[in-house]
Amino acid sequence: MSFMPYVPPEQLMKDRSEFAHKGIARGKSVIGLEYADGIMFIAENPSATLHKISEIYDRIAFAGVGKYSEFEDLRISGVRLADLRGYSYGREDVRARDLANAYSQALSTIFTQQMKPYEVEILVGEVAEDGGHDEIYHVLFDGTVTDEHGFVAIGGHAEDLTNAVKAAYQPGWDLPTAVREAVKALSTAEGRDVEAGSIETGVLDRTRAARRKFRRLSEAEVAATLAD
Amino acid sequence: MTESLPPGGAIGANPSFVDLVRQARPEALPMAESTAGELRLPHGTTVLGLKFADGVIMAGDRRATSGNLVADTKIRKVFPADERSAIAIAGAAGQALEIVKLFQLELEHYEKITGDRLSLEGKANRLAQMIRQNLPAAMQGLVVVPLFGGFDDRRGEGRIFYYDATGGRWEEDDYQTTGSGGLPAKNSLKKRWRPGLDRTAAIRIAVEALIDASEDDTATGGPDSIRGIFPNVVAITTDGAEDVPEAEVATAVEAVLQERSA
Repeated sequence: MSFMPYVPPEQLMKDRSEFAHKGIARGKSVIGLEYADGIMFIAENPSATLHKISEIYDRIAFAGVGKYSEFEDLRISGVRLADLRGYSYGREDVRARDLANAYSQALSTIFTQQMKPYEVEILVGEVAEDGGHDEIYHVLFDGTVTDEHGFVAIGGHAEDLTNAVKAAYQPGWDLPTAVREAVKALSTAEGRDVEAGSIETGVLDRTRAARRKFRRLSEAEVAATLAD
Repeated sequence: MTESLPPGGAIGANPSFVDLVRQARPEALPMAESTAGELRLPHGTTVLGLKFADGVIMAGDRRATSGNLVADTKIRKVFPADERSAIAIAGAAGQALEIVKLFQLELEHYEKITGDRLSLEGKANRLAQMIRQNLPAAMQGLVVVPLFGGFDDRRGEGRIFYYDATGGRWEEDDYQTTGSGGLPAKNSLKKRWRPGLDRTAAIRIAVEALIDASEDDTATGGPDSIRGIFPNVVAITTDGAEDVPEAEVATAVEAVLQERSA
């Protein structure tokens, strides 16, 4: 019979929390912000195919930072939950708040019960029919969930990034302004110029006629915006 | 992970939505358990697909019948399946519409999970499997026979597939019809279809074939300009799969009727 040495729960949580923080701090960051026509997520991402920002459902998008395999797992689970919910009930019954709660439950269980916590932070955004009712939820590695207004930055340089965005942010920015200011903030936080080629941007645009409001901005579109 | 968020599985996420439903909510799938042969369920009738210069046109009449009765005069049988393809259905209407909904979700789910759209070949195969899974229901009278058309980005051309109740899948070179009025509609297309038709001509021969079918088959509904009931037409081109505006269909119908009354 083996005996586990006693570790006080405070210590255990603190250790896990530090471990997750360190993992996240090594990675890149994501900004989520409300602009005139919806919600924009933007990140520096050297890969054009391994996305940090993705579509979940008609009006819902996802952004993750930290360990790719872990937030990808959460993204896929989210798409499944949303599609199943929409099929079983109705498309309008799929809401970001439910999804954020499900993520919160899942991450909280992983944090307390598994060998190692997930080293991720995620954002879930839902664009409303009209401005002022958009929702952005921020879920931490331990399941803590908060709803954010205006803008939010997560990941490696979250604090510097938050300060940089806060200094410039104005509600009701149009998309080009939002892209330019966000790239400026990313550059400030990183302490170097972030190039258009390594910017990943996805928007939930309420003015889109299609049922699915999510759209990725192409590299050319971002480059053209930054050149203006 | 919690029950509400099913995990990805041992290796690789399964991008199939149908498999997901079968695992999580099997009762929600459109599978018939008991005999439906005695039931008089609404049936959708004539649909067709044809190639034209820019891609594929799919069209269907608007009638659903239940035995000798008209069950619905405004049913819709042609649907965009995703941004690059469309599906037209004939057969047991309730079952068929459920399969369309599931197929649309299958394509969207795949696209979101993998980040890539399925190839047209892949979509056509997936639909064949879904129709094959419906075979037990088909044996009990819930036959669903779709036409599938789409724009193949890799080949740069439109393609049409048709299916039988066992999931048999055939590719058609120029045009195809299915449903109770399929034969007169096909004969009509045989006389009028030419390679490289433009959009206006393609829509015109499509509605003309449906009008021909409605004259020979009681289960196929003809256009009704008094009540504003016109065939439902979807065009699939490099610009996407979109409903042809009703005004454009109405113009084509008027042209055909005008010619016949002269």
